[in-house]
Amino acid sequence: SKLSSVFSLSLSLYPVIELNHHVISVVPESGLLIILGFILGGIVWGADKAQTFKLLPPTFFYYLLPQIILDASYFMPNKLFFSNLGSILIYAIFGTCWNAATVGLSLWGCYEAGVMGNLDIGLLQFLLFGSLIAAVDPVAVIAVFEEVHVNEVLFILVFGESLLNDGVTVVLYNVFDAFVALGGPRIDAEEIFKGIFSFVVVAFGGSFLGVVFAVLLSLLTRCTKHIQIIEAGFVFVVGYLAYLTADMLSLSAILSVTFCGICCQKYVNANMDEKSVTTVRHAMKVLANGSETMIFVFLGITAIDTEIWVWNTGFILLTLLFVFIYRIIGVFLLTWMLNKFRLVPIEVIDQVVMSYGGLRGAVAYGLAAMLDKDKIPEKNLIISTTLIVVYFTVILQGITMKPLVQWLKVKRAAHADLKLIEKLNNRAFDHILSAVEDICGRIGDNWWTRGWNRFEENYISWLLMKPKARKNRDYLFSIFHKLNLEDAVNYVSEGERQGSLAFIRSDEVANVDFKKQFGSEFTDVMPDIMVDMSNYELGIENFSVTSIVKDTIPSVSLDIHGKDRKNVADDINAHHLLQQHLYRSRKNHRHKFSRSHFSINQSEDEVQEIFQRTMRSRLESFKSAKMGVNPAKKITKHHKKDLTHKVKDFHDASFTWIAQLYKGSVTIKMNPVFLPAMDSPTHSSLPWLMETDAVAPSQRAQWRLLWTPNRLRRLAPMRVSTCSTDSFLMADLEEHEEKPQTDHEEEIFQSGPPKKHSCRKFH
Amino acid sequence: MGSTNSTLLKIPNVEVLMQETGFSPAHIIRLHDRFKALDKEGRGHLCPHDFGAIKELAMNPIGDRIIGAFFSPGKETVDFHTFVKILAHFRPVDKDRPKEPNSPEPINSRSNKLKFAFQLYDQDKDGKISRDELLQVLRAMLGMQVTDEQLESIADRTIQEADLDRDDTISFEEFRKACKHKRFTMFRFCIRPGERKLMLTLCHWSSELQDQHEL
Repeated sequence: SKLSSVFSLSLSLYPVIELNHHVISVVPESGLLIILGFILGGIVWGADKAQTFKLLPPTFFYYLLPQIILDASYFMPNKLFFSNLGSILIYAIFGTCWNAATVGLSLWGCYEAGVMGNLDIGLLQFLLFGSLIAAVDPVAVIAVFEEVHVNEVLFILVFGESLLNDGVTVVLYNVFDAFVALGGPRIDAEEIFKGIFSFVVVAFGGSFLGVVFAVLLSLLTRCTKHIQIIEAGFVFVVGYLAYLTADMLSLSAILSVTFCGICCQKYVNANMDEKSVTTVRHAMKVLANGSETMIFVFLGITAIDTEIWVWNTGFILLTLLFVFIYRIIGVFLLTWMLNKFRLVPIEVIDQVVMSYGGLRGAVAYGLAAMLDKDKIPEKNLIISTTLIVVYFTVILQGITMKPLVQWLKVKRAAHADLKLIEKLNNRAFDHILSAVEDICGRIGDNWWTRGWNRFEENYISWLLMKPKARKNRDYLFSIFHKLNLEDAVNYVSEGERQGSLAFIRSDEVANVDFKKQFGSEFTDVMPDIMVDMSNYELGIENFSVTSIVKDTIPSVSLDIHGKDRKNVADDINAHHLLQQHLYRSRKNHRHKFSRSHFSINQSEDEVQEIFQRTMRSRLESFKSAKMGVNPAKKITKHHKKDLTHKVKDFHDASFTWIAQLYKGSVTIKMNPVFLPAMDSPTHSSLPWLMETDAVAPSQRAQWRLLWTPNRLRRLAPMRVSTCSTDSFLMADLEEHEEKPQTDHEEEIFQSGPPKKHSCRKFH
Repeated sequence: MGSTNSTLLKIPNVEVLMQETGFSPAHIIRLHDRFKALDKEGRGHLCPHDFGAIKELAMNPIGDRIIGAFFSPGKETVDFHTFVKILAHFRPVDKDRPKEPNSPEPINSRSNKLKFAFQLYDQDKDGKISRDELLQVLRAMLGMQVTDEQLESIADRTIQEADLDRDDTISFEEFRKACKHKRFTMFRFCIRPGERKLMLTLCHWSSELQDQHEL
C-alpha cells in the first residue's frame, strides 16, 4: 500500500517533469527524481515527524530491482556484448575488486592516521564498506547514459560492467560479512581460499542458472502456439523465477536474470507471435521505468530521516575522494592493459567518460541497509555515506556528464571550415576503412565465433526455436517482410488519401484473402492483405484493370513529384545538407539501448536503407547481365522434405553472389524477390524495374517502390514451407529441373511470373 | 617457426610480394588465411560473389565500389597477389623509408592512397571525376531524404569549390589539393604478442597539418 501510493504519486508527477524539457536536458531525470524524493520525504516527515516511508532492502531487492535488470538484459545488444565480453569481464571483476580493496584500505589507513576521529570500526568493516560502495550501479548508469549519447562500445563496456559486477559485489559483500562475523584473528588462508571459491560458485552458478531458465523460457514459448495470449506473461514469470531461484540458492541473482534475458531474447522473439513480442516490450519498459522512478524517489525520501544521519566529515569526504580517484586510476590501468589485447583500442576520451561514468546507486544503498547493526555498530554512518556518494554521483556527475562529453569531443575534433569535397572524403574514407576492415576480417571473424555460430544454428536453434521461426531467421527475409509490411501500410494509407480504396476493391475479382488463397502456411509469413489480384489473373492486357491502374499511377506519382517540386524553391544549403544526410560509418553509430524507446534507431534505418539499395543495384546489374542471354534456370521446390536437393551451381557471378550473400555458404537459400522469373525477357519481372508508360515517377518515388497495385507483385507469395505440394507451384513445373540441396537448408522457391500462378491456383 | 615457413613456401612468389608491398611474413600469412576463408570453393582466386558474401559490405554505401576496386578492368577474378597488393594501400606510410630516386613509389605512399580513393569516385577511369560520377557517389552516400534537385545542387557546389581550372570536372591534382590538410593514417597492422594473429587497428583521420615526411 505504501509502495503503491508512492508509485502512483511519483508516476503522476512524472509528466510534470517531462513537460519541462529545459530542466531535463540539464539535470538527468534520475537527479530530478531524487530531488522529488526529497520533497516528498519532507512532506511525509512534516506530517508524521518520522519517516514512515522507507526503502526497505527486501522491497528493493525483490520488487524493484529484478524488472530493471530483466529489461536491461532483454534489450541488450547481444553481438556487441559478446564481442566485448572479455573487456567487460576484466572491468567487472578486476575493476570492482580494485575499487573495493583500494577504497577500503585507504579509508582504513586514514582512520588509523586519526583523520576520522573515534569510530568503532575495524579493517574488515572498512573492507566491507569498500565492497559495497565499489560496485557501479546498472540503474544509475542506464539513467544517466541514456541521455548522454556515447558510442556503442563505450556504452556496452560501462553497462556490461555494471551488470556483471554484481557477481563480484555479492561475493565480496558476503565474504566480508562472514569475516566480520568471524572476527579478525580467525581468518586464515583457508577462509580466503573459501572466499575465492565462493566467487567462482556464485558467479558461474548464477550465470548458469540464468542460462537454464533461458532455455526453459525458450522451450515454453516454442510450445505456445495455441495459447498465444499468455505467452507474454511467461517472460516475466520465468525471468522473475530466475531471480528468486538464484537468490534462494545464494547465488548471484542479478547475474541470473542478466543471462536469462540475454540468452532468451533471440529465441523468444522468434517464437512468439508479433503481438506478444510487442506486449512484452511495452510491458517490460513500463515496469522498468516505473521501478526506476520509484527507486530514485525512494532514495530521495530516505534521506529525510533524522534517525539515520551520522555525520563524520572525514569519513564522508574521504570516501567521495577515494571513490572518485580510484575509479579513474582503475579504469586507466585496466584499459592500458586491455588495449594491448583488444582489436579496437579504447581511446582516452572513452576512458575518461568511463571513469566519470562509474555511478553508484541504489544497489549500494540496499546493501548498506542490509548490514547487521550488531555486528557493525557504525551502520548509520555507512548508510549516510552511501547515500551521499549516491547523490553525488547521480546528481552531480549526472549533470556534468553531458557537458563533459561535449566539451571533450569538441576539443578533440575542432575542424576548420571544410570544403564540401573534404567532408565527403572524410566520410568516404570512413566507409572505405570499414569496408577494408570487413574484407580483412574483423573481430567476429575468427574460428571460434564461426564455429559457435554454426553450432548455434544447427543444434540450439533446432531445439529452442519453432520450426517456422527457424525458417524465417533469414536476415534478408526479415527485411523483405518488414518492407512488405511498410509498403502495404503505405499503400493503403495512400489509397485512402486519394479518396477511397475503390481501386483496390475492383469488381473484377473479389478481394483476395491470402489466407484462403494460399493456405495457412503463408499466414504466419505474410500479412493479411486485401489486394486486387485481378492483374495477377488477367495480366496487363486487361484494359479495365489497367485503366484503373493507369489512373492511379499518375496521381500517386505526380503527387510525389509535386512534393518534390515544392522543396526546390527553398534555398538549399549544400553544406548543411551534406552534414545532415551522409550515411554514418559503423564506428559512428549510436548505441541501441534506451530505457524509453525501443524503436529502431536511426542507425539501423540507415543500415537497412543502404542494404536495400545495395541489393537493388546488384539485382539490376545481374538483370542487365542476364537480359537477352540465357534465361535463368528455374528452381522448383521438391516434394518431400527429406529429398536432398542442391541448387545447381550457377556460375553466373551476380546470381550466386546474391544468393550466397547472406549465408556465406555454398548452399543457396533462395529468396524469391531476388529470383527474377526469366522465362522471357519481355516480362519485366522485377516489379520495381517494370516500365509503365504513365508519368515516370520521380526517382524518389521509384525508390519508394510500390505505390501501385501492379507493383504489389512484390508481395507475391513466397514459398516458405516445404511440406505440401502446393498447387500453384505445381503449375510451373514445365521447365523445371530438379536441383539437389543439402539437408539443413530449406528452400524458398518461386517459379515463373505471378501471371502463371493464377491460372491454376484458384480452383 | 617451422609452421610459418612452410605456409609461406606454399604461396608462390612470396618474396616478391613482400618486397613490393612491405608486409611482413606474419601479415602475409594472416592475409592468406583470410583469402582462403573468403575463397570458399577453393579455386585459388576470388570472384565478386565471394566478396558479396561478406554481409557487412552490403551495408556499406560504397561497398560495391570497393569490391570493384579489387578487380582490374576486364578481369573477373582476384588472385592472392592482387588481393595483397590492393590491401597494401592501407598500410601506414613508412616514415623512414630511404628515398631512392629510381625505385618505384611504394604502394602505400600518400599519393597512391589518394589515387585509390580517387578511383573509387572515377569509375570510368578517365582521370577526372565528372559531374555524373560525383552525382552517383553522392547518391550512394546520402540518405533517401535528399531529393534529386538537392543532390544536384550539392554536386554543383562541390565541383565549384574544388574545380580550379573550370572544366567542370575534378582532376586528380585538384582532388589531391583538396585533401591537402588530411593525414592518411590508415590501417596499422600489428601482431598480437605471442600469437600469429593480426591485430587490426583503425586510426582516425586527424586534421593536422600536412605531414612533412610525406611526398
